[in-house]
Amino acid sequence: MIEIVSAARCIDCDKCVDVCPTNVFDAVPGKHPVIARQSDCQTCFLCEAYCPVDALFVAPLAGPAEPDSPYRDEAALAAAGHLGDYRTWIGWGHGRTPGSLRDRNPELPELVAAHLPGVSVQ
Amino acid sequence: MTTPADGRLDADVLVLGGGPAGTWAAIAAAEAGAQVVLADKGYCGTSGAAAAGGNNLWYVPPEGSARLESIERREVEGGYLTDRRWMECVLDLTWRQVDRLARWGYPYPTDATGQVRRSSLQGPEYLRLMRRQVKRAGVRILDQSPALDLVRDVDGVVSGARGVHRQRGNEAWTVRAGAVVLATGGCAFLSGALGCNPDTGDGHLMAAELGAELSGMEFSSSYGMAPAFGAQTKGRMYQFARYYHGDGTPLDVPPGFAGRHAVPRAMLSEPVFARLDLAPPQLHESLRWAQPNFFLPYDKAGIDVFRDLFEVRMVLEGTVRGTGGLALSGDGCETTVPGLYAAGDVATRELITGGRSGGGSHNGAWAISSGTIAGATAARFARRLRSSVTAAGRHGLLPGSTPAADVIRAVQDEVLPLERNLFRTGPGLRDSLARLDELWTDAVPSLDVGANPQRAREAVAMVAHARWMYRAAEARTESRAMHRRDDHPDTVPGWAHRLRTGGLDEVWVQAEGTAAGTELAVEELAS
Repeated sequence: MIEIVSAARCIDCDKCVDVCPTNVFDAVPGKHPVIARQSDCQTCFLCEAYCPVDALFVAPLAGPAEPDSPYRDEAALAAAGHLGDYRTWIGWGHGRTPGSLRDRNPELPELVAAHLPGVSVQ
Repeated sequence: MTTPADGRLDADVLVLGGGPAGTWAAIAAAEAGAQVVLADKGYCGTSGAAAAGGNNLWYVPPEGSARLESIERREVEGGYLTDRRWMECVLDLTWRQVDRLARWGYPYPTDATGQVRRSSLQGPEYLRLMRRQVKRAGVRILDQSPALDLVRDVDGVVSGARGVHRQRGNEAWTVRAGAVVLATGGCAFLSGALGCNPDTGDGHLMAAELGAELSGMEFSSSYGMAPAFGAQTKGRMYQFARYYHGDGTPLDVPPGFAGRHAVPRAMLSEPVFARLDLAPPQLHESLRWAQPNFFLPYDKAGIDVFRDLFEVRMVLEGTVRGTGGLALSGDGCETTVPGLYAAGDVATRELITGGRSGGGSHNGAWAISSGTIAGATAARFARRLRSSVTAAGRHGLLPGSTPAADVIRAVQDEVLPLERNLFRTGPGLRDSLARLDELWTDAVPSLDVGANPQRAREAVAMVAHARWMYRAAEARTESRAMHRRDDHPDTVPGWAHRLRTGGLDEVWVQAEGTAAGTELAVEELAS
């Protein structure tokens, strides 16, 4: 679930409010958006993908993180480069290569056949 | 389209849902000359199962015998419930539309031999592109605007829908339209399965309130494997998995996909752990680029799936990856209600994939094809606006006192557990149905609509969905494709036909003969 909107990075563009498929955020005039309905978060990471400044962190958990969880330690997560992880993978953002250009999914059956003879793969 | 003074919108075609099926429908309708409004519960571009995941399409070249072989394989795997005309039509249409995606600029990968590969679409990229194309086609998009019910004219023809703008204090909207395409997705009962929480069966409910029939609702027991701490149901990588007890000793189940029945059964009695032992090291990097959002949650949790044991669980994907949905009455994706069309996961996918999906994403191909067909036929139907219309919604729209969350939890108790929904028995299904029927008669009429009208309708939709599923599952006294009856483990040849279901206050089930009809008019749909 979404755990962090980084006040240090957020530019109040409210893109996360617009794009969240389950309406988790609320825009606040003149301020950063807030996580208003965390329990509605479906952990799809799409807000991370759309945030233009990597200000968001979605923990991989299906429920909220504990108060002392490392998933709430913004400084450590930012230092480790984990804010906006998903955006990096799909290659969105200036100067990046779209992840879809690197998609190996179509080749998977051939790759497996080459490396694992005799294993049938779907 | 016109915007009358009272804030209502008028359009030729209204599309409900902005995932792949809805966006393809909107584009097809606009290309046929219709003025189109698309309303999405969430955001067209992120909403629905496809946006959050990857789409491995049923995409087979027309040359040679590959298509025929693929069709014949699927006829067996799907339990002989498919319709070959539809399969051929969908293969053809998907092939053409994927070509259009390339022309629109989807960044397809090139393999080591220099060949462009088009059989896989990454969700965020795909749906971002579809949103752009929808806008270019002149379609008006209403984001964060869940539909609550349909409206009809005096003849019972569907003539638009009503809903709320959930980010504007649930301000009401009405769109009057000559035809409506439902593309609202399947129902995963808010299980958290990747990208599936917007899919709560809303369209099925709206259609059923006008008497629409459903088909294949017993094929609703699809579960995806996910990390125990999360719910990200990306299943393809588990073909490389071996499974273990909590103490690290191997579980006596076949590895990879062969274990897909034994592993969930083992989970009934103990926690099950996995590790991708079967993936050779030289493949690891390629696998990451094949399925980045399989690895993302494990990376974030600090787990190396090739080295560490990690606990897994099964998460319900219901009729999203299951195949049941609204029955189609014709080759134009017509539902059994005039003026109402169905595309994507809200419609039955038995026609092309029978009682089992996955392993080549027939659902992804279906979304593209049925969306294209439904949009085009809806545009042809939508010749005139109906003057006098009335709302068709009957349930969960008036103020009451029962919290929607209580009803949702009660439905989840019946449909999420493996021992109820995956490993079905007659007594178990009847036991659940008794409680679900009671929810319908006692809780639904007193639902608290109050602050969240969308959630109240979702609760109603899920109760209705569960009742159709289990009534059909109870009627099918055999095991076929994904539908497993532990008290009837064999597939019975005489049961190789589809089951229709429907009704809200009284749920009914009846057998359907193989659909007969005229040749599907593919030629005029995609050019």
